[in-house]
Amino acid sequence: MDWRQLWEICSAPDNVPIVGLIPLLAFYIYLAWRQAHANDQLIEQLEGDAALAKTHHRKTWPFKPGWQKEVHVWPFLLRIEFLAAIIVTIILMVWSITLNAPLEEPANPNLTMNPAKAPWYFLGLQEMLVYFDPWIAGVVMPTMIIIGLMVIPYIDTNPLGSGYYTWKQRKFSIGTFLFGFIILWVAMIIIGTFIRGPGWQWFWPGQTWDHNRLIYEVNRDLPDIFGITSNLAKALFGAIVVGGYYLLGGFIVYSLFRRFMAKDFKRMSLLQFSITQFLLLTMVALPLKMGLRLLWHIKYVWITPWFNV
Amino acid sequence: MADENNPNGKNGKVGLVERVTAGVKDHIQAIKVDIPAKAKEQIEGLKDPTKTQVYTSIFRHKHDDTPRNRALGVLSNVFLHLHPAKINRDSVRYSYTWGMGGITFFLFIILTYTGVLLMFYYHPSKVQAFRDVLYLEHDVPFGKILRNMHRWAAHLMVIGVWLHMFRVFLTGSYKKPREFNWNIGVLLLVFTLLLSFTGYLLPDDQLGFWAVTVGTNMARATPLLGHEGPFGSMLGMTPYNDVRFGLLGGSIVDANALLRSYIWHCIGIPIVASILMIVHFWRVRKDGGISGPAPVMLEAEADKPRRGPKAAGE
Repeated sequence: MDWRQLWEICSAPDNVPIVGLIPLLAFYIYLAWRQAHANDQLIEQLEGDAALAKTHHRKTWPFKPGWQKEVHVWPFLLRIEFLAAIIVTIILMVWSITLNAPLEEPANPNLTMNPAKAPWYFLGLQEMLVYFDPWIAGVVMPTMIIIGLMVIPYIDTNPLGSGYYTWKQRKFSIGTFLFGFIILWVAMIIIGTFIRGPGWQWFWPGQTWDHNRLIYEVNRDLPDIFGITSNLAKALFGAIVVGGYYLLGGFIVYSLFRRFMAKDFKRMSLLQFSITQFLLLTMVALPLKMGLRLLWHIKYVWITPWFNV
Repeated sequence: MADENNPNGKNGKVGLVERVTAGVKDHIQAIKVDIPAKAKEQIEGLKDPTKTQVYTSIFRHKHDDTPRNRALGVLSNVFLHLHPAKINRDSVRYSYTWGMGGITFFLFIILTYTGVLLMFYYHPSKVQAFRDVLYLEHDVPFGKILRNMHRWAAHLMVIGVWLHMFRVFLTGSYKKPREFNWNIGVLLLVFTLLLSFTGYLLPDDQLGFWAVTVGTNMARATPLLGHEGPFGSMLGMTPYNDVRFGLLGGSIVDANALLRSYIWHCIGIPIVASILMIVHFWRVRKDGGISGPAPVMLEAEADKPRRGPKAAGE
């Protein structure tokens, strides 16, 4: 266990935000979960008691008849904003006094940094480069993430859970978002920051970064395993595998939706549903491809003269 | 008093000297009596500065603690009038909003402020950029803390945007009628990341240089538009005309890339982001204020309109 190495990575100035992000995320997930849990209990209670549902103010916070429903922004909101501004300023001041912004040697194109890492918030994308070619990891996936985020309000047809924390009423959408944000985005950043060392090789936390380490790895392509040799056959085979993944996966998503989310499925138009299917499968393709690579050393699934997947 | 001493009242034979003397005496008398009285009155008036013309010209209403004045305090102020006069009593709960949107905006203001100060000491040229950062760190008074604050506020802003987005998702606040504002928010996320990324190169050190090299190398692989991307070479893309060349102003990260980064970082993206922020905040108000905490909805009510004649009739 190389504690010094671990300390050097965790205390590298630009890594401090991620070290801070982890407990911050844990705290806010807890805060959200606690309120979601309380709301879910209230919903359960009200659904079992129709008379109460008609009279209840429907929040977990206390409310008594005669209380004002609204409060003045001045001072009740502005004082919070003022306090928040002061607290943020103090945190920033203390942070800036105690920790210096990094400054390395002057830029030198002839001296490659090893590992050369993107800023921490893009390390998830850089980590994807291990599993996909740059045109997917660096261009298509980020575009899909942005488009995917933007279509969320138009494909989520569930009218429940608007304006309050809940889990039971939005299991699918919250589960998907947590998977995308925590696993595919934050966890990948953590891997990229703390695990990837020289040569972008995998070093467990506490393992010394050995700049001379070599790993002998034979990565194969999926068509090779099936003994396919000609280029045309490889291209066709890959197209069938990738196409089959989307077709079969699409069917599985369809049957799962019909079975477990019948109401949502009924509300969705065909366009809404097919976009959901496609985005969901593309999202799941990332951990699948990671598995193929890490467990079976498979590099490409689909090989063509123009691009590889 | 003035009439009695008026020399002109008599037969006109009074000499010039007397008249002047009398006049001066009159003025001196006035200085002794009138001016102190007036001054006293005005000093008394200053004890209540809210009645002065200067004050009333700036503040347009009284500040006694009345509901009307509390509302006017917000509505008649250009900065505060982003807020409504009143909000739902539960909306001020920190546990619901986490305050991340506001904190992100506050960090943007800090970044603008520290950024402008940094610009006084920085030349976006290969010769001077790195030296300027050294100069800033070692010679400029408070230069080090200025740079540190800019750096850490940028990182905090990225985290703030993520947490804000996370909260908005978890509370379903992107749902009708806020779909469009969620989209503006996604764009703001992208521009926040781009702002941070373009700033990364500016110290012109190894860290920034290689981070931007790694980042922009991805652009080579852009389908159709990058020279290493699928179908790129078929469309005539080379390292000297593809999308990466456009981003860097060259085929390598060099002086032009530094200048382009600088301009995007200090002018281009802040303007676009500010415009989007204006739209974002405006839409928060126009879409009905912040989303909640709203009363919980029950499963049985899901497909019924929440308000309106149908719901009322039932």
